[in-house]
Order: sequence, then structure tokens, then C-alpha cells
Amino acid sequence: MNTETNVAQIDRPAVRVQNVWKSYDDGAIAVLNGVDLEISAGQTVALCGPSGCGKSTLLHLIGGLDEPSQGRIAVNGVELNKHRDMVQFMRHEVGFVFQLHNLIPDLTMEENCLLPALAAGTNASAAQQRLNELAQRTGMQDRTQHRIQKLSGGERQRTAICRALMNRPGILLADEPTGSLDERTSGTIFELLMELASSEGVTLLMATHDRALAGSCNRTIEMHNGKIYESR
Amino acid sequence: MIFLRLAWLNLLRHRIRTLFSIAGIAFSVAAMLTVVTVLQGAIGMFTGILSSGAEMIVFERNVSDLFFSDVPLPAERSIAEWQMVAHADPVLFGVVSSADHPIITCFGVTKEDPRIRQATWLEGSADTFGTHETDIVLGERAAAFLAASAGKDIPIGHGQFHVSGIIRTKNGFEDGGVFMPLESAQRFFHKEGLSVITIKLRSTGQAEAFKRQVREQFPNLIALEDAEFSRSYSQFKILKATAWAVGGCGLALGGLGVANTMIMSVFTRIREIAILRVNGFSNFQIAATVFGESAVVSVAGAILGLVVGATTLYVLKLVPALDGYVDVTMHAGLMLLVVLLALLTGIAGALYPAFYAMRIRPVEALRFE
Repeated sequence: MNTETNVAQIDRPAVRVQNVWKSYDDGAIAVLNGVDLEISAGQTVALCGPSGCGKSTLLHLIGGLDEPSQGRIAVNGVELNKHRDMVQFMRHEVGFVFQLHNLIPDLTMEENCLLPALAAGTNASAAQQRLNELAQRTGMQDRTQHRIQKLSGGERQRTAICRALMNRPGILLADEPTGSLDERTSGTIFELLMELASSEGVTLLMATHDRALAGSCNRTIEMHNGKIYESR
Repeated sequence: MIFLRLAWLNLLRHRIRTLFSIAGIAFSVAAMLTVVTVLQGAIGMFTGILSSGAEMIVFERNVSDLFFSDVPLPAERSIAEWQMVAHADPVLFGVVSSADHPIITCFGVTKEDPRIRQATWLEGSADTFGTHETDIVLGERAAAFLAASAGKDIPIGHGQFHVSGIIRTKNGFEDGGVFMPLESAQRFFHKEGLSVITIKLRSTGQAEAFKRQVREQFPNLIALEDAEFSRSYSQFKILKATAWAVGGCGLALGGLGVANTMIMSVFTRIREIAILRVNGFSNFQIAATVFGESAVVSVAGAILGLVVGATTLYVLKLVPALDGYVDVTMHAGLMLLVVLLALLTGIAGALYPAFYAMRIRPVEALRFE
């Protein structure tokens, strides 16, 4: 993980969100309305709430894909702002798993997984070693040369998890990772996520509608109308 | 490898569009190569006519075309006497016509002229050149298209001439021309003077002194070295500018084709670019994928263009009507330049698409499933 010394250091929870607001169309569409949140390193946190309550937006802001209209967000003690090198942040500190996996269909499982390593300029043999390790742990070792089009939904999501963990990020952001899978596969993928988060020491923040899965996380956070109502 | 594979896959996704872009670059490269090669060859031949082993050319100052140059005969006689001059050959250019050939270049020369002396005589001999005022010598190709042979009388322009010989030269223009004794040419074209004097100096180091002496003694004339003449002659400049302009327009059109392909490519893979972004690709790396695609199109177009251009030049060489008139030797430097220009065109065509790709915001692009 990268740390930076030229930016404001606030204290060191894995994620700290302070009074964050987010709106679109010059304030016409308010999505987040003053969110405050702290997540300790190594926690697994489920973010629950109805569609449109702002779960994905919050994940995007924490992952640096978007900027808050107001408020401050710090990841691993370093604030995400214009002074921070967001490319380095996305390469080394955060990994994403999306509901629709967002893989490049024409590339193989291996090529998709190597994209973050390629972006980061990781040594080819080290990247290959890491890929083999992740493929082994996700049960994808026999599918590395298959194109994404040839993989099942569960295999695609396993691939997305491998890709997200390639550069050993500190935080894994999963946006309804089991949302497009059947119940049985959902359970398997969720267990895999939890197991990998634990073994890799990754902080997991996962948006989900599935209360049962959420119950297995260290914390469950409820969101409604762009605000957080922590339940557990 | 993944960079290249991404570029390759994107091009394969839209094969027809990619092929059209490659064809656009290829035709531009072929057009530029063909036009520039033919014109450079023609200019080389024309320069060859003027020099014919000489080092300097003297002609009337400030004329736009050597056909309009009028060098007084006394000037030639005076210059020929100068110490530094090994020999001076007066030449009068003219254009004559026959029934089926409206333009035949005519050379009014003396029997000492190197064109006459150094040519291969297929019929007749150099010693009999100019014996009679109506005698002419034909270049090999002129004899062929005029269906003439030595000893035959043929009509040229308003006159009737006797073919005293047929020669083969190393120059296509000369091979298609008519050689007359200088005095006959002056009468035929109603000119008292000459078009040019070609000069061979005793020492090449005397070129500057020669030019200065011409300027001082004959202010209406100008002396130039061969290479200097090729560079400065306005007709050549116009031809070269035209060739490069035609080729440049072709490449500009090819570049627009590449730009169109690349911008469409970027539009159709906004989501993919967003995925690359989420995985830590920088602006530079995103732009590199676009430029990579463009480079593949440009290189493929340039290679195809070289093949098409070389084939076109080969075919031109086989056309009987052009035989000898065009020198279609392709120079490595020109090929390299054309390929480089094609690559630059491809890069220029990818500038805006790359800029557009760099501005794609993943959060917006990924929102649309």
C-alpha cells in the first residue's frame, strides 16, 4: 500500500467519511446528505438499503471514482483531494468488485486479472505469480486462458475478485457483488470474499440487498435517503 | 502484450471500418509515392538534358521557363574563349509537332555537343550530323512513334526534314526528341540566340569565379551549377510543390479517416476505457491504447501503400506511351519519409480521440449497464 506524506494526515481508521454530501445537476438531485462514517482496518462492513439510497455513490466516493460535493473522505489516513495522486491510489490502495463484474469480454481471465498489474508496472513474473496464487484460491486455476464470454456468472465474479486483489489493496469495495447470481452461487462468492478479505487483511465494504449475507459481516450499516443509520 | 492485444481486438471488432481506414492511408501513401517519384524522375531527366556532362548552365536571367530564355550568340562565343572554360555547348530548345504528336521536344545543337558525341548511334554517325541544313537526327523513341528511319524524309511542323541518323541516349526526353543543327533550329524557330549554354569548366573550383564573371560581363544572363539550377528553377519548384501538395492532401484525407475510425472506436468502448480507469490506468496509458490502435492502422496502411505505390510505378513503366518519359526508381529515403508521414498522420488523427478517451469519467461510464 502506498502512503503519502504531503497531504493532510487525519487519524488512522481505514476509511473516514466526514459530513459528505453529493448531489447532481447543480444540486437538483441530492444523493448523499451529510454522511459520517468510520471503518476500522480489517473490518468487513455491509452497506444495506433500498435502491437509490446512495450506497453505490458512497462506494464510488470512497474509491476515488467521484468527488463529494462537500465534506471530506480519508482512506488509510490520507485525505482524497486534489493533492492526492488518484491514479496511484486506485492502483495500490483500493480494489473494486461490481455487480456486473465489469470485465473486458474479449480478453481471457488471465489478461483481465493482469490489467491492474500492467497499469501499476508490476514485474511480469511477480504479477503472474500473484495471479496464479489468486486463481488457485478462487478455484479458477483451470480457467485462466478462457475468455470471459466462456465463463459462467460465478466464474466471472471470481475473476473480478482476483482482479480487484491483484495489487494487494488495503480496501475492497464491492457493489452488490452477488446481485446478479443465483442463491447458491451468491453464497459461495460471498464466502470467498469473506475468506479472502480475512486472509489478505483487507477492509471490505460491501453494498448488498441480501440481509442474510450482511449478517455475516462484522458490521451492517443502513442507508436511507442519502443518510446513514447504523444498525449494528 | 496486453496493450497490443487491446488495440488489435478493438480493430478486429470493427473489421470493415478498420479496413477502410487502412485503405485510406494506403491510397494516400501510394498517391504520394507515385506522384513524387514520377515528378522527381522527370525533373532528374530534365536536369540531365541540361547538364549532359557539363557543370554549369548559363541562361537568361529572370525567365520563368527555359523555352523563353534568349542568350545572344556573341555571348556564347565570348564565354567559350574564357580561360576557365573547358568547353561551352550552345543549345536551343523548341517544341515541334507532327501529325499525331503535337509536342516533340527539339534540340538545336552543334555536332560537338556531348548529346551527339556520347549517344549510341543506331543509324547514321555523329560525323555527318549537320552536313545539310534539313538534316535531323531522331531519338530512338521519336523514330519509333514517327515511324521513321535513316534516309527517310518526314514532315515536322511546317517543314520537311531528312532523317540522317537515329540515336539512343540515357535520357527518356532526349530519346523522344528531335536533334537539329543549331543554325537550322534558329531558322525554324525564328530565333537568333540560344536557350542555354552548358559549360564544362577546367576546374570545378572555378565555379564561383565563373558566375561572377558572367554577372559582370553579361548582366542579363545568369550562371548556375547543376544542383543549384535544380533547386532554384521555378518550374521544378512548382512541380515539387504540386507533388507534395497532392500527396499531402491525400494524407490529410487518410488522417481524417483514421480520426473517424479512432473516435468511433473510443465511442464504442467507453465502458471498457472506464474499466481500465478503475483498474488504475493513467491518462497516458489510456491515450497509449488509442495511439496504439492508430499506429497499427497507420503501419498497415503505410505497408499496403508502399506495395500499391510500387505496383503502380511498375505498371507505369510498362505503359508504352510513357516509356522513357518517367523515371520510376523509388528511393529509400522517399519511402521512409512517406511512411513517417503516414505514421504522423495516424498520430494526428488519434489526437482528439485520445483526448476524448482521457476525459471519460468511469463513474458515469459504468453507470450505464
